[in-house]
Amino acid sequence: MLKFILRRLVQAFGVMLGASVLVYVLVINSGDPLADLRESNARNRDLLIQQRIEFMELDLPWWQRYLDWLGGVSRCFIGQCDFGTNRQGVDVGTLLGQAAASTLRLVLLATVLALIIGVAVGILTAIRQYSGLDYAVTFGTFLFFSLPVFWAAVLLKEYLAIGFNNWLQDPGFTPVQIALIAVVLGFLMQVLLAGSVKRRIATFLVTTVFFAIVMPTFTALDLFRNPQLGMIGVALLTFAVALSVTAMTVGLRNREVLVPALITAAGVSIMQLVLFNVFVYYMNWGVLILGAVLAVALPWVLARFMSNRYRSQAIIAATVTGVVGAGLTTLDHLFRVWPTFLNLKPRPISTIGSQTPNFRGGFWETFLDYGTQMLLPTLLLTLISLASYSRYTRTSMLEVNRQDYIRTARAKGAPERTVIFRHALRNALIPIATIAAFDFAALIGGAVITERVFGWKGMGDLFAAGLDQVDPAPVMAFFVITGGVAVLFNLLADISYAYLDPRIRV
Amino acid sequence: MSNDTTPQDDAIYDLAEAEDAALAAKHTKPLSQGRLVLRRFLRHRAALISTIVLIFIIIVAFTSVGFAGIPGWWDKSYLAAGNVIDGGRPTLSLIPTWLGGDGIRLGEHPLGQDSTGKDYFALVMVGTQRSLIIAFVVGIVATTIGAVMGAVAGYFRGWVDNVLMRITDIFIVIPLLVLAAVLGAIAGNAGGGIFALALMIGLVSWTGLARLVRGEVLSLRERDYVAAARSTGASAFRIIFKHLLPNTIGIIVVNATFAIGGAILLESSLSFLGFGVRAPETSLGLLISTYQGAFTNRPWLFWWPGMIILVIVLAVNFLGDGLRDAFDPRQTRKWSPRRLERLRAEKGLS
Repeated sequence: MLKFILRRLVQAFGVMLGASVLVYVLVINSGDPLADLRESNARNRDLLIQQRIEFMELDLPWWQRYLDWLGGVSRCFIGQCDFGTNRQGVDVGTLLGQAAASTLRLVLLATVLALIIGVAVGILTAIRQYSGLDYAVTFGTFLFFSLPVFWAAVLLKEYLAIGFNNWLQDPGFTPVQIALIAVVLGFLMQVLLAGSVKRRIATFLVTTVFFAIVMPTFTALDLFRNPQLGMIGVALLTFAVALSVTAMTVGLRNREVLVPALITAAGVSIMQLVLFNVFVYYMNWGVLILGAVLAVALPWVLARFMSNRYRSQAIIAATVTGVVGAGLTTLDHLFRVWPTFLNLKPRPISTIGSQTPNFRGGFWETFLDYGTQMLLPTLLLTLISLASYSRYTRTSMLEVNRQDYIRTARAKGAPERTVIFRHALRNALIPIATIAAFDFAALIGGAVITERVFGWKGMGDLFAAGLDQVDPAPVMAFFVITGGVAVLFNLLADISYAYLDPRIRV
Repeated sequence: MSNDTTPQDDAIYDLAEAEDAALAAKHTKPLSQGRLVLRRFLRHRAALISTIVLIFIIIVAFTSVGFAGIPGWWDKSYLAAGNVIDGGRPTLSLIPTWLGGDGIRLGEHPLGQDSTGKDYFALVMVGTQRSLIIAFVVGIVATTIGAVMGAVAGYFRGWVDNVLMRITDIFIVIPLLVLAAVLGAIAGNAGGGIFALALMIGLVSWTGLARLVRGEVLSLRERDYVAAARSTGASAFRIIFKHLLPNTIGIIVVNATFAIGGAILLESSLSFLGFGVRAPETSLGLLISTYQGAFTNRPWLFWWPGMIILVIVLAVNFLGDGLRDAFDPRQTRKWSPRRLERLRAEKGLS
């Protein structure tokens, strides 16, 4: 195994080096770096040209400039990265730090969301092959594959963001809107849950009536401008999650899984009460991250020591409960500041920039500001990569479902839930690992367009501006990150592949 | 095959036998590979509709505004500015008068006019034409390089394979959009037209196909007929082009289709970023980029080119899907229970 990893590492390193030469040569030959000066009417034009030639070392042959750059970057191995300077003389390393933070925030969230939703949708459509749901999702994925990103982005901006902001000024629905939305949601729910005709009608009616009552109630209580969840709401929902996760993994009869999940839910309910003042007055990113880590670690440890035969299921149920509970607590606090936030930023969903300039507010307000700024680009990137994940999961699940061992599992009487989640899904997910690795790198590359449309100062901006000015340093910095991520993730995917499927090791 | 007999499989075998018998009565000669593929393709409804839509768009785009100096049937030029009529609103109407609309008509400017009074139909058609040309050139270039690279690597194996696949890796590591943007900038600054751009995009989008063809050739080269060809003294060149590549035609055709769809999106993205097609040339991506600011006043300037890109790429992708099903019967769908029931009833089976 070690030999396998080492060989892949050496290979990856060579590929990276070759690719960097290629990109460097292409970029410095992509245009005339002096074009803007040649056309200028400044009196000291020749001097300026001379200065730039010296500054960018244009008089040196390309390989010397490349080696200079490589020398700087290779110092990363001793912790002193030097990405060079751009044409204006700004250190690219500093620029890259800021840019990478905002881009990675965007791409990482979109990938995680797309992966979770995409795999879930993939499983669902594979189970219900050739149903109405399957056809609808298939058409949807083809549609998202075929969508020009920037075009869809402008539409989202115009309709979703501006429309929502206008609506939020005075939230409410007309009776016709309520009827229409309730019927559509009822129809969708009926498609989603399926079953016999009788059950479908029941689902449709229940959903429709539910939304027909809930929507005017929400408006009457002004919950859109002043949402309420409350500590009791958080506690109730967390317990509901604990129960439903247990039901989905092994069923409620299994105490070994149910008890840790319920204890976790109780823990979340108590913690949010005890730590309430911390969350309101002393909140910062450190506390948030610590909370997130604890929300995973504590239930994990708890479930680990309270179970033996159903250990992995117990761990999944407990950690899911912990994470969702922590998320709900966060949501509760966000709800509490929402009215204050609306006063600070009356039109919450913004279409430009990664944060509101001159925004002043507490931790939660800033958090909401980041969130609302990220909403549209994240939504867009998620929708686009969602399509491919759901498609691949579906194909992969159908492939696995045809295998003999799945039939064996069914034949020996394993419940459908166990067959799908324990036998089929695990093996179906193996190829998804590789796709996710490539997709993440491609998404950073694709963020060039998203950032342009939404006016983010991210890595895409660094790249586009650099290429426009025939300035190799920023473009190369962009390449080092995207290429590095591609190589690294690919390596990780290969290793996990070899770990999951020993036949691959060669 | 296997002895599994789920009710569905049973029914399929019954049906297959019934169909076989019917076929045997009709044909004395078995169908050729090409006919089989065609038959399976025609059965894929979405693909069939997509093909018709695509052909329609291609014909309209090329005949309306003319191509390569030959004038088309549309009388307005995409370059000539004119009077802006009714704020440049589209005159196309599809709602008949008895439904309260203006009746079905094209009108003077079916897709409207831009702020300087240019006819938008002509402009969009020229853009579509250019985008299609770029896409097809990319498809041809990428497919040729990918197929040859993959076949050579797979056939010779050893160090040739190693070198070619590392080169492929290098191209894969660099995000496609980045590579295409850099090459697009080169093509643009060198003053090359759309063909230069198409060539450049084609030069970077062959990697997926190369890997697929290599995998296929690796298994094909062990077949007996290749050994037979080798023993009769056929050259490597002949074996690759006469024996191996024709047998991978399914993969190649399907991938070429997807490459064309991808190329249209890539071209429009590049043009949007300013590294693709440049004025005075035009393309669908460039039109969106030019008129995105006009969204609030003249939304149609923004809608039409985007819709056309969407329709073309959607049609191409469905076409590719249909071709994949047609070429690879292993992936063909099992029949849904409802359809099976209907077929059984038709054939008079229990």
